[in-house]
Amino acid sequence: MSEAAARIEEAPAAVTAGGGRARRVRRFPWWGALWLVLGAAYFLLPLLATLQFSLRVGRDAYGLDAYRKILADPFFRDSLWLSFKLSVYTIVVALLLLVPTAYWVHLKLPRLQPAVEFLTVLPFVVPPIVLVVGLLRGFRWTPTWFYGGYLLLVAGYVVLSFPYVYRSLDAGLRAIDIHTLTEAAQSLGASWPQVLFRVIVPNLKASLLSAAFLTFAIVMGEFTMAVIMLFNTFAVYIAYVMETQATGAAALSVISFAITWLSMLGILVVGRRVGGRQVQIGGVR
Amino acid sequence: MGCASVAYLELQGVRKEFGHVVALESLDLDLGRGEFFSLLGPSGCGKTTALRIVAGFELPDRGRVVLDGRDITDVPPNRRDMGMVFQAYSLFPNMTARENVEFGLRIRRRPPEERARRAAELLELVGLGQHGDRYPYQLSGGQQQRVALARALAIEPRVLLMDEPLSALDARVRVTLREEIRRIQTQLGITVLYVTHDQEEALSISDRVAVMSSGRVEQIGTPPEIYGAPATPFVAEFVGTMNRLEAVVEDGAAGRVRAGSLRLVAHAVRGRREGERVLVLIRPESLTLEALPDGETPDGALVGRVAAHVFLGAMTRLKIDTEAGEIAADLPSTGAGRFAVGARVAARVAPELPRILDLSG
Repeated sequence: MSEAAARIEEAPAAVTAGGGRARRVRRFPWWGALWLVLGAAYFLLPLLATLQFSLRVGRDAYGLDAYRKILADPFFRDSLWLSFKLSVYTIVVALLLLVPTAYWVHLKLPRLQPAVEFLTVLPFVVPPIVLVVGLLRGFRWTPTWFYGGYLLLVAGYVVLSFPYVYRSLDAGLRAIDIHTLTEAAQSLGASWPQVLFRVIVPNLKASLLSAAFLTFAIVMGEFTMAVIMLFNTFAVYIAYVMETQATGAAALSVISFAITWLSMLGILVVGRRVGGRQVQIGGVR
Repeated sequence: MGCASVAYLELQGVRKEFGHVVALESLDLDLGRGEFFSLLGPSGCGKTTALRIVAGFELPDRGRVVLDGRDITDVPPNRRDMGMVFQAYSLFPNMTARENVEFGLRIRRRPPEERARRAAELLELVGLGQHGDRYPYQLSGGQQQRVALARALAIEPRVLLMDEPLSALDARVRVTLREEIRRIQTQLGITVLYVTHDQEEALSISDRVAVMSSGRVEQIGTPPEIYGAPATPFVAEFVGTMNRLEAVVEDGAAGRVRAGSLRLVAHAVRGRREGERVLVLIRPESLTLEALPDGETPDGALVGRVAAHVFLGAMTRLKIDTEAGEIAADLPSTGAGRFAVGARVAARVAPELPRILDLSG
């Protein structure tokens, strides 16, 4: 150890030995802990209360009756399956539509970015009820296979998911040098689709997963559009159960939370696995 | 060195504007097959625009790009068979070094065995045979550029384009890598169009250099020509260090010029009219110094006082205040101490060394 380094290491001891200043003791952050506990209580207490209520089978008895009843209900499975299909279709359509759009805006039309960002906020401003009325009126002329089936609902969900999907993609595209990667791929002979699907998309995995899971969560919980378009989705089923079965509604809420949380966990786990390489693009370690 | 006499790649009257900014005025270039040709110039001179037009990433407003006799001006970049190494790290982050090198071959649907063999050969060629399984983020900047070079070479490009590939690297790696680039180019005999703002880099690895300024080519020549016989004041200023003296021809037959009360003999002046204003260009290393007692003013020398010493390693640059302005003289560091700051000196130059230009630019 050099003399200077030794001096530096000795310094705190000398101060303490001299007794001039008390050694700084790291105090427990009471205020921080208090806010943490309050925050956790705000979120967890209603959940725990719901869980506790969902397990009640009598005045003082607990069991899984409500869960058994819900899981045995064919409407539960049908609605869950319908919402799942709607989620998948929405994810596919939204990504097919927005991945090339976001890529092209970043690559060739950067001046349009403020306009596109404004558009991404619109679904937050326009209430779903307005959106669904607009969809029903605006697409009345379309063929029955579109207007009469759930594709119209998917179209509405794509609009709802637009802000989340676009912003996830936007963040991913900002993290990589798409201009250089695109030109590098082109100089090696890649066509536009090859550039997009072999170079850009694989480097957006974490963004795509994030967009997909957020869309999944939105569609699984969307109520207004589904009920007005007369589809018995999972959210509509939850509303129905709430009106007819007290403990069943609580059990369904817990199941719904579990589905959402598993989705989020999926983002974290998969995102961490594929995102580790995405965050460092072209840099030097 | 390649065969520069037969044009392989030509830029004919290429003009490009971005809005109201003229990036290229009317660029004419021709590269021989197997030639290492550099575009050298300061930022904004249009060199990268020219390269991007050759690559197909920009379309010229006017003019043509001709490759091997065929007009490729409108051919999209992915059909030009030109490998490119970029200034920014451009490896595909989701692929290993080997997969990056194989990418172009995969696009061309080459069989897996051929891809693997070629990638192994090229990684070996750039000295990264053991690093094929590493991802870009696991490689240093120099290693990434080596992989980028291997990747560009994998497709056996008709022309290899390099856009300041070393500028993001530290000085030591830059020198090593530029020597390797030259070695590989010579070994494979490929045609290279290289863009750089670093004159040392351009002069050390190129067969020919085009010095550019404000969208125009100032001079095209071999490195010794560019350095030794700059055609314009800009080239003289930009390439190396040059002493510039504004002078008047005193005796055209004898090759004598006058800068203030200082007189010099320069063969290049011969034939010029008396009274003609010229620019005398002298490299600092062309000057020899001798100590001068006060009061003595020899003819044919630049007289002044040493103002400063700048240590450059093997050489030391002495800055000398003369009546015609400050000049620089490079001396071996071992002997520079003989001329202390403040000492009166006479700087002489052999008559065949000064370069004379019209005093217009």
